[in-house]
Amino acid sequence: MDNRQYFIYLMIMAVSTYLIRAIPFVAVKEKIKSRLINSFLYYIPYAVLAAMTIPSIFYAPSNMVAAVVAVVMAVIFALKNKSLMVVAVIACATVFIVESLMMII
Amino acid sequence: MKDFRRGLIAGIPIALGYLSVSFTVGIMGATLGLCIWQTVLISMTCLTSAGQLAGIGIMVHPGQYMQMLISQLTINIRYSFMAVSLSQKADSKFSGIFRWIFGFFITDEIFAVCVQENALKRSYMAGTACLPWIGWSFGTLLGASLGAILPDRIMSALAVAIYAMFIAIVVPEMKKSTAVIWVVSIAVLLSCLFYYVPALQGISSGITISVCAIVAAVVGALVFPVEVDLG
Repeated sequence: MDNRQYFIYLMIMAVSTYLIRAIPFVAVKEKIKSRLINSFLYYIPYAVLAAMTIPSIFYAPSNMVAAVVAVVMAVIFALKNKSLMVVAVIACATVFIVESLMMII
Repeated sequence: MKDFRRGLIAGIPIALGYLSVSFTVGIMGATLGLCIWQTVLISMTCLTSAGQLAGIGIMVHPGQYMQMLISQLTINIRYSFMAVSLSQKADSKFSGIFRWIFGFFITDEIFAVCVQENALKRSYMAGTACLPWIGWSFGTLLGASLGAILPDRIMSALAVAIYAMFIAIVVPEMKKSTAVIWVVSIAVLLSCLFYYVPALQGISSGITISVCAIVAAVVGALVFPVEVDLG
């Protein structure tokens, strides 16, 4: 990628991501009162992550069946409140095992 | 110094998690044609999993600056919420320039650790931030440089790591709250519409993620308003 365009994109990403964290941290000294805004802010991370994950995760590995099994495994271990790393490792291992099995069969 | 060391220790598991997840980010950068240093520099300056994932996807298209800005603001708005929450915890010495500095390090996991303090000291937050930042940058470097030489089957398996991490964040909250199940379902439904309906497929991913998330969260806020505990 050419550097000029890369640095424009990098600036937009880094500056916006930094300011969105720093400004409220520095500026807010009182609690937000609006119930609607608080509710929106509470839901937004889950909505973002869900929209990013589905359906993209099904197309991330080379085999979709492996991806589906990995999602099932990830959900099962997430339901058990396992740590982020444990869930990630299990999902990766699942894809690897299922894809290996499919090559043998 | 005692608080700093305590923070460092709290950061170890976060750093290990970041190491494995940022590996995927590095691979993705390499796959989409970014140089190694370009992908690593993004990780060092942005420190945001979901934001970088969407950002790198947008970057490979020329001139989508507005889409980039909108996607970053939407995806990362949750950090504002966490920042507000942490601002309530920070002790009196943790102010001014220190907030400008350590605000950079507010991520889902660092927030989760810091918010458990009754009075958040700047030295503690400095300690928690160190190792995760190193892990995130170093993992990206490993992924970007090893991505090209790893066998396809390993690459294929690692590609799900970051999404699995998202599942690990979302699912436990769905278990606690029916409202979150609804919000997540709406977001997933819209996301699938953008993905599978031919007329909508041309829209940039930066826009679609924002639209899905904002619509789902607004519906959630209107239908299921919650008493949010900022502490």
